[in-house]
Amino acid sequence: MSDKEPLFSKKNLKLLSDPLDSSNPITVQVLGICSALAVTAQLKPSVVMSLSVMAVLAFANVIISLLRNTIPNRIRIIVQLVVIAALVILVDQVLKAFVYDVSKQLSVFVGLIITNCIIMGRLEAFALGNKPWPSFLDGIGNAAGYGAILVIVGFFRELFGSGTLWGFRIIPESWYIENGGFYANNGMMILPPMALITVGAIIWVQRSRNRKLIED
Amino acid sequence: MENLINIFIKSIFIENMVFAYFLGMCSYLAVSKSVKTATGLGLAVIFVLGITVPVDYLLENYVLKEGALTWLSPTFGNVDLSFLSFIMFIAVIASMVQLVEMVVEKFAPVLYTQLGIFLPLIAVNCAILGGSLFMQQKAFLNIGEASVYGLGSGVGWFLAIVGIAAIREKIEYSHVPGPLKGLGITFIVTGLMGLAFMGFMGIKL
Repeated sequence: MSDKEPLFSKKNLKLLSDPLDSSNPITVQVLGICSALAVTAQLKPSVVMSLSVMAVLAFANVIISLLRNTIPNRIRIIVQLVVIAALVILVDQVLKAFVYDVSKQLSVFVGLIITNCIIMGRLEAFALGNKPWPSFLDGIGNAAGYGAILVIVGFFRELFGSGTLWGFRIIPESWYIENGGFYANNGMMILPPMALITVGAIIWVQRSRNRKLIED
Repeated sequence: MENLINIFIKSIFIENMVFAYFLGMCSYLAVSKSVKTATGLGLAVIFVLGITVPVDYLLENYVLKEGALTWLSPTFGNVDLSFLSFIMFIAVIASMVQLVEMVVEKFAPVLYTQLGIFLPLIAVNCAILGGSLFMQQKAFLNIGEASVYGLGSGVGWFLAIVGIAAIREKIEYSHVPGPLKGLGITFIVTGLMGLAFMGFMGIKL
């Protein structure tokens, strides 16, 4: 701590920006896929889910980073899970108090943040070996990268699956076949397999732009 | 006996953890590069599921469920601890995983380095917690049924990851567009496998 590093040094800002693209948790690190599939049928739950994950991940990272020298290696998984579970319960209570309807919609999936591997993954890979402030930034950055993918997937699935965005109708009623139009919702977009294929397409686009990420 | 076989087949094919519920995707996608590693992780998951589901079944029926504590004293008849089930289940799972990690590190160090971070991540593999939660939901009659269900779900997950690993090994030789190589094509293949597996849904045994 003796050599004073500015709070937003270049290295720290990199922790924030890298997960958005070149080390994105979903498309590059392959963490947190289950919830990305489960909650993205609509836009609103995707956004709320991303914010909840951000809160849990940032604070879990800080707490584990503060405790990193005192946790015995053999029982670290249990310690991490206890910290995560406590934070998830907090987030759950906050959601229930302020956005009750969305919290009802998300019900199980807020609880399942406990088993969202993006959190354990970052705790294991980053917080256990870094100081609290970089860990906090790492948490925010990774949750933002995760949220970005969730919002994109949620956007396309809601638009093509039910013709709405954030619950508002985008595709006019009069276009639908039932009303004498030519359009029909693509019911397949609501099904989980299409979330996988959408994420696959996002990876395709991302890697065409950022050729360094291509695996060979 | 027939009943047990039914539960087993059902949990492998019709209610496949990966394709029907999309649980345990993270390790499924990340550790399926070669059939050998996939087999190792698959076996670890079968082992963990096969142990945690019956243990959680006992916890559920003798500690957590409403009236489950009557074997201690009849006055506990209306104690309902089921709100603790998440934490209790996750604690059992985490300690089992730590055990498996120690065993693998000791007896198969090569596999241990290959699995890397994904071995401790079995603890947060949603397939494991999902297995226990579905067991709670299905209300099995005895511990035999619960164990068979746990084993069956594990075998289903094992088959899924070995299947995708085999496909990925073959896909190496085909001409996939550069940006889609590796992870991208795996997502799309899994989506297609998922669509195919939806055909099993609703079959009654």
